[in-house]
Amino acid sequence: MVQWTAEEKQFITGLWGKVNVAECGGEALARLLIVYPWTQRFFASFGNLSGATAVLGNPKVQAHGKKVLTSFGEAVKNLDGIKNTFSSLSELHCDKLHVDPENFRLLGDILVIVLAAHFTKDFTPACQATWQKLVGLVAHALARKYH
Amino acid sequence: MVLSAADKTNVKGVFAKIGGQADEYGADALERMFTTYPATKTYFPHFDLGKGSAQVKGHGKKVAGALVEAVNHIDDLAGALSKLSDLHAQKLRVDPVNFKLLGQCFLVTVATRNPGLLTPEVHASLDKFLCAVGTVLTAKYR
Repeated sequence: MVQWTAEEKQFITGLWGKVNVAECGGEALARLLIVYPWTQRFFASFGNLSGATAVLGNPKVQAHGKKVLTSFGEAVKNLDGIKNTFSSLSELHCDKLHVDPENFRLLGDILVIVLAAHFTKDFTPACQATWQKLVGLVAHALARKYH
Repeated sequence: MVLSAADKTNVKGVFAKIGGQADEYGADALERMFTTYPATKTYFPHFDLGKGSAQVKGHGKKVAGALVEAVNHIDDLAGALSKLSDLHAQKLRVDPVNFKLLGQCFLVTVATRNPGLLTPEVHASLDKFLCAVGTVLTAKYR
């Protein structure tokens, strides 16, 4: 059972309340595709991903980023039931989408950096630690049903 | 993984902007790493790792100095980091996985202190650079 201290819960819900999910999600996904270009392999249907400007301006990237981060938000709402929250999404990513779980870890790290840039000095080491723990748990939950 | 001319320009730009604060960035990255990834503390049983530790500050300065040296010789990272590479292989033997962790924390440090600097392109270049440094430092492990 994952344990969250009161302080960790505050770091998560307090921050999340101030996040623009559409913007942040779009940015995180765009950065994933730019910083780790091999991740573009999953998005052949997204059109022009040739270079940072194209990726950042791509409406499909923005839309999908929003979708992904909205889904991530379910973890924030269910901190004590993350595994169950992502159970069917895990099956989907394995059976239909065929996504290597390493990609969940990469996106998690990118999300932390996007939050860090947004919240600057409020993103203290303790806050970062909490968020790295959360993204790690979500990545783990998404990989859990792989076979 | 090869650093393009654009990558090198981006990385030099970052460190030029950070300038004299590199030592602080180094210490901040280490503090973040110890807090976020507690297993990394196992390499420093001889350190006081409490907040504001002089030893962590001192070590942050060393790490930052090495990164600055690497940037100044970015066309020959293997050469510039050769002695450090020997040290890590023969004496320190820090597990390779930890270089990624410190790299992540350094990126977070830059993001919190200079968010405008970390555009997606620069983020990509800096991440590549930090990976390359880690690769050089572990190159002689076996």
